[in-house]
Amino acid sequence: MSEPHPGYQPPPVAIKPPPHGHVPHHPYLQHHFDSMAQQAEASTLGMWVFLVTEIMFFGGLFTAYLVYRHQSPLGFQEASHHLNIYWGAANTAILIISSLTMALAVRAAQTSQPVRTQITYLGYTMFLGLAFLGIKAIEYTDKFKDHIVPGPYFQWEGLYPKPAEQFYSLYFAMTGLHALHMVIGIGIMSVITFMAWRKTFDSDYYTPVEVAGLYWHFVDIVWIFLFPLLYLIGRHYHAG
Amino acid sequence: MFTNFPFFPQQASEQAGTIDALYFFLVAITGFFAVLIALLVIIFAIRFRRRHGAEIGEAIHGSLALELLWTIIPLGLTMVMFVWGAQVFFHMTRAPRGAMEVYVVGKQWMWKVQHMDGAKEINELHVPIGRPVKLIMGSEDVIHSFFIPDFRVKADVIPGRYNTLWFTATKPGRYHIFCTQYCGTKHSAMIGWVTAMDASDYQAWLSGGAAGGTMAENGAKLFADLSCNTCHLENGQGRGPVLKGLYGKQILITGGQTIAMDDAYIRESVLHPQAKVVAGFQPIMPTFQGLITEEQLLQIIAYVKSLSETPSTAGTGTPDVKK
Amino acid sequence: MEITAAPLNYLNNGHSLASWLLTKDHKRIAILYLLSITAFFFLGGFFALMIRLELLTPAADLFEPDTYNKLFTMHGVVMVFFFLIPSIPAVLGNFLLPIMIGAKDLAFPRINLLSWYIYVLGGLFTLVAAISGGVDTGWTFYAPYSTSASNSHVILAGVGIFITGFSSILTGLNFIVTTHRMRAPGMTWFRLPLFVWAHYATSLIMILGTPVVAITVLLVAVERGLHLGIFDPALGGDPILFQHLFWFYSHPAVYIMILPAMGVVAELVQAFSRKNIFGYTFVAFSSLAIAIIGFLVWGHHLFVAGQSTYAGLVFSIISMFVAIPSAVKVFNWTATIYKGSVSWDSPMLYAFGFIGLFTIGGLTGLFLATLGMDIHLHDTYFIIAHFHYVMVGGAIFGYLGGMHYWWPKITGRMYPEGWAKFAALNIFVGFNLTFFPQFVVGYLGMPRRYAMYAPEFQVYNVLSTAGATILGVGYLIPMIYFAWSLKHAPLAGDNPWGARGLEWEIPSPPPTENFAATPIVTEGTHQYAPSREVGIV
Repeated sequence: MSEPHPGYQPPPVAIKPPPHGHVPHHPYLQHHFDSMAQQAEASTLGMWVFLVTEIMFFGGLFTAYLVYRHQSPLGFQEASHHLNIYWGAANTAILIISSLTMALAVRAAQTSQPVRTQITYLGYTMFLGLAFLGIKAIEYTDKFKDHIVPGPYFQWEGLYPKPAEQFYSLYFAMTGLHALHMVIGIGIMSVITFMAWRKTFDSDYYTPVEVAGLYWHFVDIVWIFLFPLLYLIGRHYHAG
Repeated sequence: MFTNFPFFPQQASEQAGTIDALYFFLVAITGFFAVLIALLVIIFAIRFRRRHGAEIGEAIHGSLALELLWTIIPLGLTMVMFVWGAQVFFHMTRAPRGAMEVYVVGKQWMWKVQHMDGAKEINELHVPIGRPVKLIMGSEDVIHSFFIPDFRVKADVIPGRYNTLWFTATKPGRYHIFCTQYCGTKHSAMIGWVTAMDASDYQAWLSGGAAGGTMAENGAKLFADLSCNTCHLENGQGRGPVLKGLYGKQILITGGQTIAMDDAYIRESVLHPQAKVVAGFQPIMPTFQGLITEEQLLQIIAYVKSLSETPSTAGTGTPDVKK
Repeated sequence: MEITAAPLNYLNNGHSLASWLLTKDHKRIAILYLLSITAFFFLGGFFALMIRLELLTPAADLFEPDTYNKLFTMHGVVMVFFFLIPSIPAVLGNFLLPIMIGAKDLAFPRINLLSWYIYVLGGLFTLVAAISGGVDTGWTFYAPYSTSASNSHVILAGVGIFITGFSSILTGLNFIVTTHRMRAPGMTWFRLPLFVWAHYATSLIMILGTPVVAITVLLVAVERGLHLGIFDPALGGDPILFQHLFWFYSHPAVYIMILPAMGVVAELVQAFSRKNIFGYTFVAFSSLAIAIIGFLVWGHHLFVAGQSTYAGLVFSIISMFVAIPSAVKVFNWTATIYKGSVSWDSPMLYAFGFIGLFTIGGLTGLFLATLGMDIHLHDTYFIIAHFHYVMVGGAIFGYLGGMHYWWPKITGRMYPEGWAKFAALNIFVGFNLTFFPQFVVGYLGMPRRYAMYAPEFQVYNVLSTAGATILGVGYLIPMIYFAWSLKHAPLAGDNPWGARGLEWEIPSPPPTENFAATPIVTEGTHQYAPSREVGIV
């Protein structure tokens, strides 16, 4: 079986040479892509697929949240009231604005606006991201001071100590994972800003900004779900 | 029967025959298809073997009729399996009323058994033949699973909740109990024996073994020792709800849900009293976690249950008229 | 045909260590994966052999029960996460998927390399866990045993699995984007080789399922490390939630292991019958159906765990549905052989073995999907036999068949066919002797994960151990002749099998860029003869 089959005549070959000759390459076109459009589509689709993965990743935590909230709805409400709704609301606003600046940064690259404009929007985005993390740090510190960090030092004055501890386990797991995504996001934005400073982006090539933007918006959206689920549950009991 | 080369476990319970019938059906159907496929592959591979190096196969692209045929026939057969299996499953998960109740606690690595009349055993379970027996099982530590192959019954034994299984033994003898959910070092030593006995032998065994009151009596004593009775007064004036007649009812809890007052709820209320509070009462009951063992908890449950029982439905150790 | 040595190919294009460790060539990354998964395969195989030796006698005489528990845990963890899941996708898929669709590489070559490094890092964590004392939870990591009771290195092994999960996610992501965006002109979806369809379906599971098990394992580690109450009821958690989250991934993960093997077998059956597949669209869509329905059946692992009867009913009937696309595949493969020009070369022997053994594995799955039946069979050796028929008889037969089929393409060399046939027979016999008796002993009631067992089960265990020895030898033979072939075997030429497909149109071994120019595709793969009739496809 070491020789090719001698008498075997393959049918007409399925491969034909390409129809036209060599076209000049864009400097950022990687060798294995045929065109800039193909490269941009691949990168964008790749990020979308990655975000689907991320949804499933957070999905595990959301499922756990659902199960335990269903088990003790009152405990979760009680525990939720110890979160600072003002900090939470402020952070929601910050992230929504950061999504706007992010979108403007993508737009700036896409429309070949000057490097300064691109960097300004990216800078705002990073600054807002840092502000979010700063507020998160304040909140975490408060929780440490109040001993409502789950674990051996957990103390709970009110009713439902067990569900409250569970709530805070999930609170730290979910917001912690989210904050980690913010940190990674700011890291990505630094790289993008550096690339923008090197005059990388214009209307021909802005895929990295666009893809980083998708990621940034996703992280914002996760917070849009976290905020009501963690901060706002059972508010109508007190308001009414 | 071969003694050293057995193909089937003994049939020692009423369920065993049902399960074996289902098994034979499945073996027949799947055996037929396995042999069919194997034969077709072998016959085609020989019949159409390559005769010379340049030979190619015929271009056949498919047949909708065949595709439908081998989609619909398997689908139909699997639906038969599903319905039959579901029927058997329903039968196996619904214990008949008046089944004799036995409480089982699994812990690393032993089975602790309490009969309603107070008899206790470890890694042994004595049951009468001809009478449905329902096991109510909890765990002290990790997940175990209670399996009697000769009865074809099995249920996981999970900490924090009660799972049940039931069987009617048909043949006197001794049968394996295996733990089938991996539970640590001596998982394979967490085994025991069921002894199925004639009703009269069982009576004799009971009278020899019981000591220190029935489970409900022990539960009543605990109820007083732990001062439960200071709040759960019988006259309705207490700070906790009246427990008499409550078992098995649907009750309204704070927050507006309605839940079933069952073994699991009693357990939760003792260990995590504030998780679900009966509507109209304050969440002031202290937790008894750490103050009460799994077995004592089962005695409390037996006691609370006994408060709602009329004598005719009581699942006691004494054989009463089969319904 | 005169065979001349290939001028410049992916193997001789750079010889330094760095040219391998920093490569972005999907073919070289496939070779890196091949080496590492082979190492893990023999490690896992060693654990298996130790398990079988212990089970020769009913008493725990060779190892302490604790050691035995660690052996079966490490066997499961290594085989599932470090061999079976990456095996076909990361080696054969990585090598062939871009070539089969006429691309120069995967869409993200750097991410591809990253995925290998992540895999190695995860593997190192797990190896450290194994060497420093092992893990004894079973590969399923059931809580609360894993979170509260076990004294072994659960966190270390969990972190290893968590990390490796990302390698799997990145591979899946790369395959999906590549299949969508990198197809050569004319390579329409319905001209794709079935191998590509199978990998596309596999990738869907990888990206949708893996993150869930990652977060679950992470929660186990967090609960264990910080005593948070997530799964342990003593801390207020719910152990059944763990099982739901775990099996939400780990049941579809079974399809991660078997779908690529089905893709391989579809290629083998066509190539060695010199005939296009019977019912292309049905076979292609059955892969997707398996991937999608596979996500809805996880609850059949909880039939005896006390989930509600109605949940049991739903999961039972959906588990029946997932059998149908598998049956459709088996029938179509069989029909493909009909009126083919069937060669008995060694890759085809593996395909024959696969069809037979996977059929048994799949059909015994029906026993377990049948509610009343599963109660008796759950967690007995019947389950062990069932999933080894799928995982070994299916996935490993597919992997070995694929390795033998594409070895000439990968290395440019043939291998000794006589030895290959002998090894295939050896593996087939050893496998059946190992696992068939386990169906019987399972029905008798022998539970899984038992270091000691009742004496009446011994006959079957002795048969099993005897089979495992033969199986072990069978695995070693291909190792030896494959290694030998690299230097000594005759050159293969571009297309030693006379097969049709883009990978057979380029030199063996392929050049780094795969194709000198992007090919234009005018027909589907495995078109050996002009169509005589237009059937329904």
